Amino acid sequence: MARPTEVEVGEQKAPVIQPGHTFATITDRIAAIVLRRPVKAGWLLGFLFCFMILQWFLFAVCWLFYKGVGVWGVNIPVGWGFAIVNFVWWIGIGHAGTLISAILLLLRQAWRNSINRFAEAMTLFAVACAGMFPLLHLGRPWLFYWLFPYSNTMTYWPNFRSPLVWDVFAVSTYLTISLVFWFVGLIPDLASLRDQTTNKFVRFVYGLLSMGWRNSVRHWNRYETAYLLLAGLATPLVLSVHTVVSFDFSIGIVPGWHTTIFPPYFVAGAIYSGFAMVLVLAIPIRKFYAIEDFITDRHIENSAMVMLATGWIVAYGYGIEAFVNWYGGDPYESYLRWNRLHGPYAFWYYALLFTNILVPQLLWVRRIRTNNFWLFLISLDVLVGMWLERFIIVVVSLTRDFLTSSFGQYYPTWNDWSVLVGTLGFFTACMFLFLRLLPAVSISELKTLIPQAEVTVAHAEEVHDL
Amino acid sequence: MRDPRIYGLLAEFDSVDTVITAAQRVYAAGYRKIDAYSPFPLEELSEAIGFEKNGVALVCLVGGLLGCTGAYVLQWWINTISYPVNIGGRPFHSWPAFIIVTFEMTILFSGLSAVFGMLALNGLPMPHHPVFNVPQFDAASRDRFFIIIFSSDKNYDPVRTRAFLEELNPLSVSEVPS
Repeated sequence: MARPTEVEVGEQKAPVIQPGHTFATITDRIAAIVLRRPVKAGWLLGFLFCFMILQWFLFAVCWLFYKGVGVWGVNIPVGWGFAIVNFVWWIGIGHAGTLISAILLLLRQAWRNSINRFAEAMTLFAVACAGMFPLLHLGRPWLFYWLFPYSNTMTYWPNFRSPLVWDVFAVSTYLTISLVFWFVGLIPDLASLRDQTTNKFVRFVYGLLSMGWRNSVRHWNRYETAYLLLAGLATPLVLSVHTVVSFDFSIGIVPGWHTTIFPPYFVAGAIYSGFAMVLVLAIPIRKFYAIEDFITDRHIENSAMVMLATGWIVAYGYGIEAFVNWYGGDPYESYLRWNRLHGPYAFWYYALLFTNILVPQLLWVRRIRTNNFWLFLISLDVLVGMWLERFIIVVVSLTRDFLTSSFGQYYPTWNDWSVLVGTLGFFTACMFLFLRLLPAVSISELKTLIPQAEVTVAHAEEVHDL
Repeated sequence: MRDPRIYGLLAEFDSVDTVITAAQRVYAAGYRKIDAYSPFPLEELSEAIGFEKNGVALVCLVGGLLGCTGAYVLQWWINTISYPVNIGGRPFHSWPAFIIVTFEMTILFSGLSAVFGMLALNGLPMPHHPVFNVPQFDAASRDRFFIIIFSSDKNYDPVRTRAFLEELNPLSVSEVPS
């Protein structure tokens, strides 16, 4: 938690926190959402709707386990259908949470302090969704532990030269580190909830979760070191995760996959879709929970600008791909270009260019990017666009690679769609629960942003020297 | 002089500046077995009570080195000794392919060491602590700052220490029963 001594309140920019708040009002306002706000019909209906989708997901998954992966549209030549598309999409969404909580922390971007908590929760749930797809795709998911190196009676080991094994390590490390990062951030706030509540049972639960945190400055000192170290570790980690995901493709020789632009282009795409999801969540959350004081227009606009910037990196990636297809002179790569533009999935390629490159250009207009309604729609559009991007990469390349005789088509089935929509249900149901059970905005970090947190007295050492 | 039923004296403050000034004076008066509480991380306050360095970074480094060497040695051992597979005569010890898992395990082990090291050095989890016996202490996570002088400090005296704390502009001074 970087402690900025000055909160920049520019003439043009909205403040990161509305003036007039004190330590007490921050605590009360955020704790009240969890402790005192009654369960409202809107929340209940929303949660039940998402929970129903989650039940549908469970049904689809049971059917999948009962019948096997044949219930999906995957077959030769397309062995990687929706499962891998969804995996890459979800894990990319998770990346924005880590970017906000770790990279912006290291860059001392004070505005991240009010959106990092739910962005981290978003990361956690998104990575959980992502992690399900490779497991579902295994065919025999109950043997998933064969992926890990453990001494076994079969006397064999995973193949450490395979990008798929790298992926196992990258994603499981990412999930673990995201979880501890999020939890460490929560400890002081759980202690706040423990101290704020009047209900004995609630006090017991938050007391247990906060592990007896008592706000000692000695503890804070070590806590800050650990938090900063975690941020420093999560930064290369998050860049490595999508890089490793892109290796799943680029290590292979399939046309359209075997390219060195993939790692940076995947990471940029991940942050692009992640910020879109942050906005899709932040815009309704701050409205319905009346926390516009903490998640201000400044946060919304900054996120929109990050989207615009990373969107251009992605656009550059598309450009370079097309250029290399042509300039490289490889006939299969040239054919891939033709296939994307004129093949059976051409409509979706144009849809991708429209949703991912054309529409987000509206963000150049300040009035649009500060208008929550339009920004929400553009963010949804980017999420669709990024999903289409992964679909184009996975499916178009696989349907038509080297041999004309092995050309094929890919048709997703009801189960493919159910699993995709089902993870959305899982994700949103988790977010609904998170909003009611845990503080959605970091209480202790927000306190460092108000003027009362500024120290004006002499430095300790100067006094000790006297 | 020491009363075993008393854990220490707890003074309550309501602003950053008063608590830091008070902490500096407590330290200057020779008290060393002291602690301070703040609802958010306040470096200046921990400096004022003479606590600046901590061992978390070292624990993290050791964990990271263990993860790094462990992962690399494991891959080397698997691919050259336990389960060598000859793929077109390529070397068994193909180190570039091992970098990624080594990197990920370095991050995993150093991250977990930082977190568990921090918790262990802080002595957490510890659900019960004498300071929680003071009713005002609930505000330590809301908007109040506290300084405690433990009764185990050699300069501690129930009367004089209390009088000293009263001079520092606290909102209240309370005895912490142990």
